[in-house]
Amino acid sequence: MNKVKQIFGGDVRQLGMIFALVALIAFFQWRTGGLTLKPENVINIFQGNSYILVMAIGMVLVIIAGHIDLSVGSVAAFVGITVAIAMRDWNLPWWGGILLGLAIGALVGAWQGFWVAVVGIPAFIVTLAGMLIFRGANQAVGHSLTIPVPKDFQYIGAGYLPEVGPDTGYNNLTVLLGVLLCAAIVGGTLWSRRNQAKIGAELEPGWIVGIRLGLICVAILAVFMLMASGRKGTSLPVSAIILGVLTLIYGFIATRTIVGRHVYAVGGNRAAAELSGVRSRRINFLVMMNMSVLAALGGMMFVARSTSSGPFDGVGWELDVIAAVFIGGAAVSGGVGTVVGSVIGGLVMAVLNNGLQLLGVGADQTQIYKGLVLLIAVAFDVYNKSQGRRSITGMLMKNFGGGGRATTEDTQGTAKQQA
Amino acid sequence: MSDNGMILEMIGITKTFPGVKALSDVNLSVRRGDVHAIVGENGAGKSTLMKVLSGVHPHGSYEGQIVLGGQPMEFRSIRDSERAGIAIIHQELALVPELSIAENIFLGNEETRHGAIDWVATNNRARELLARVGLREEPETPIKNIGVGKQQLVEIAKALSKEVKLLILDEPTAALNEEDSQHLLSLIRGLQGRGITSIMISHKLNEIEAIADAITIIRDGQTVETLDVREGAVDEDRIIRGMVGRSLESRFPDHTPNIGETFFEVHDWTVAHPDVPDRLVAKGSEFFVRRGEVVGFAGLMGSGRTELMRSLFGHSYGTFIKGRMTLNGKEVRLRSVPAAIDAGIAYVTEDRKVLGLNLLDDIKSTTVSAKLKKIARRFVINERAERIAAEDYRKALRTKAPSIDYGVAKLSGGNQQKVVLSKWLFTDPDLLILDEPTRGIDVGAKYEIYGIIQRLADEGKGVIVVSSELPELLGISDRIYTISEGRITGVLNRGDADQESLMRLMTETSTRARAAERAEAAEVVADIPDTTGTDGHVDDVPSEEKSA
Repeated sequence: MNKVKQIFGGDVRQLGMIFALVALIAFFQWRTGGLTLKPENVINIFQGNSYILVMAIGMVLVIIAGHIDLSVGSVAAFVGITVAIAMRDWNLPWWGGILLGLAIGALVGAWQGFWVAVVGIPAFIVTLAGMLIFRGANQAVGHSLTIPVPKDFQYIGAGYLPEVGPDTGYNNLTVLLGVLLCAAIVGGTLWSRRNQAKIGAELEPGWIVGIRLGLICVAILAVFMLMASGRKGTSLPVSAIILGVLTLIYGFIATRTIVGRHVYAVGGNRAAAELSGVRSRRINFLVMMNMSVLAALGGMMFVARSTSSGPFDGVGWELDVIAAVFIGGAAVSGGVGTVVGSVIGGLVMAVLNNGLQLLGVGADQTQIYKGLVLLIAVAFDVYNKSQGRRSITGMLMKNFGGGGRATTEDTQGTAKQQA
Repeated sequence: MSDNGMILEMIGITKTFPGVKALSDVNLSVRRGDVHAIVGENGAGKSTLMKVLSGVHPHGSYEGQIVLGGQPMEFRSIRDSERAGIAIIHQELALVPELSIAENIFLGNEETRHGAIDWVATNNRARELLARVGLREEPETPIKNIGVGKQQLVEIAKALSKEVKLLILDEPTAALNEEDSQHLLSLIRGLQGRGITSIMISHKLNEIEAIADAITIIRDGQTVETLDVREGAVDEDRIIRGMVGRSLESRFPDHTPNIGETFFEVHDWTVAHPDVPDRLVAKGSEFFVRRGEVVGFAGLMGSGRTELMRSLFGHSYGTFIKGRMTLNGKEVRLRSVPAAIDAGIAYVTEDRKVLGLNLLDDIKSTTVSAKLKKIARRFVINERAERIAAEDYRKALRTKAPSIDYGVAKLSGGNQQKVVLSKWLFTDPDLLILDEPTRGIDVGAKYEIYGIIQRLADEGKGVIVVSSELPELLGISDRIYTISEGRITGVLNRGDADQESLMRLMTETSTRARAAERAEAAEVVADIPDTTGTDGHVDDVPSEEKSA
């Protein structure tokens, strides 16, 4: 048992959420008679939830800084409809539409960031207003109509990697990507191990690292092979790639850059951060603005998948996004949370949703279960904190080799959620 | 126990907090109808004693006995002590700004009829009470519309509404101007005539001299003595001697200063309170620091010492009005904290947990947090450099922790302070401002911190130490400035300063300043190098301040 603990990098309890995710998958796999892990279903889970997870990445930064953003659904819908109309009426190419959407997201974010950071109005109020304003803007711009988007734009939400090379029965690019990811994780781990050795930090025994890397690689390859073996023409969805890349980038920003440290500092103790030279207004502005940019991207991914933009897109999304972040271990009071944790939290919700659907459980009960999961996850965190233990996030990240925050081993987390 | 003319007797009170003995066998006897003053330095235990008396620290959490009107008392909460006729008025007023005067007076104690608030009775009774405290305001006026002085009177009216027998006032005049203070003091006198006994905590010795019937002096959690004014007048010098009369043991490392040239100067530094634009927290401050010098700043709580330092540190407090700052021979304008850090100034805050640390962080990320760019290349932090830096400072300051990955929240006060010092030393400052660097730290860790301060001075840095502990300042400073009411009231060289002379300058209020100026200027001026200006006293000219 002790060896098992060591392989997973500490106390087994610290794996709470990953085990929850695995257990959830196993449970549904059993109850649905194997439907859950069919290639089509795995692909479906990613395509159907990537946009929420992309927004969760932005939301976790907002929440770490001590704020909240209720407007993401409305902002996503406003951007979606505007981009759809722009592409229809001005014949914008698909990339022009994406750039326009991101630019609108940035403008909306600057607007909200201004009220939060410069004027000092609580983000709850600013984004509650934003929720109304941009919902209205969506319906005003689109005249409450549903507007289709062109085929090539749909690629970011519904596309797959193309078939390349010889017919192996698998999607070659997907398999290749999985192998590269494994190589990157192994390389990264060895590299950081060498660095740690240089500064004389305590090293884990080699065989433990070996087994851990082995398990991770097997998991990644299994999932990638699964997605590669689906119906001809399907493979790793583009939306999952976007999500993976963003998780990597934002995980890195949050943990390894000055701006990321400052976000944690502002959320942890704003007064102390300011007296340490952190420009907290700038940080607040940036996290709010970034959130809206990612909401814009999420909105476009959704529109691309559903092939059209409508007046009721994005209703209630903010709740799913915020739930993902809190299930992922962020603290309501700020200063705590991780990008990877939030993505995993979102995946827990996604698998739950999907599994219940497969079982034919109605929307009414599904919502009840989701609510309970959120409550239990956070209650578990609160209980652990009152016991002087780390939060789920802390436990989770410990497993990933870091302290309270994700580290270079973010890649592992990404692998997991691409899985 | 019989009633021997004493309304209150606190016998052998001992109160321990984890690791600190706040009160040790304290005795306090208050005669019925007296105004009884309690004096002592900051941290001497006055407030803790009052918290024991008022039930904030419930019975059972301390040792000793409280006897009120001949009856032993066991207060479990403030409600219990209120029921027994004790009311406490804190320095920070506990009024709700949005509610009316009458609503505040009866808050938690509402005048009701059939379960609904009886507004007629409420306002009528409030009017009566306001008349008793001499406050001419309508009961319906919202609290936020009246000044601090009047709010203080509302607090007293509130206490009277509860049939108070023993009124405790914690620094009642700290935030009041001269006129309001006088009014309040005469009101306290008036209450005496109505059979209400008052206990007053104050730093303003002139007020105590004027009003108190008996004075109890507390020092280091122990009662030193109780002076009975009826048995002979007690003057301020007598009180000061009692407050500071402790011997200086060898609590400080030996050190021979190596003082270089002046490299930091502040001229005419004037700052207003952030919320109250016409209240000045720093009034034309002038001082300088030399390389290798430890400069002390002595001032009581609320004297403006922290406000001055924070405004020097990138205008991080208050509204800057005027003033010049010279660093290394160049005049600098540091309008933001990052600018101040870049210029080589470090400020270690007074309140470690609230302003100094992110308690969610670990040692290593705290150590580098004030100058991340030092270990970053193009915004990307080099974690190896971070570990190395944190490890270096941990060793250099001998921070006791299992590793640099240990959370700062779990460290002891002394080790937390070392981490905060690491954080600021990491910024390579020329000038370190340490605000109460040893507050809440045990004696051993204090000694180590003093050693660090001296080492920094020997490296050629300038160190400013702000402290309300006079022995500490006398032990480590080469020169000491005193602050009172936002003014620098004097400067003494180490050899010329003692606790009494400092305390006199620290408690100097603006009215007394003019009278005392002539007498003291001559002796102070001799010690002041030319650069500080004319003399230790910076005159208070209210009309100019307002227009400035």
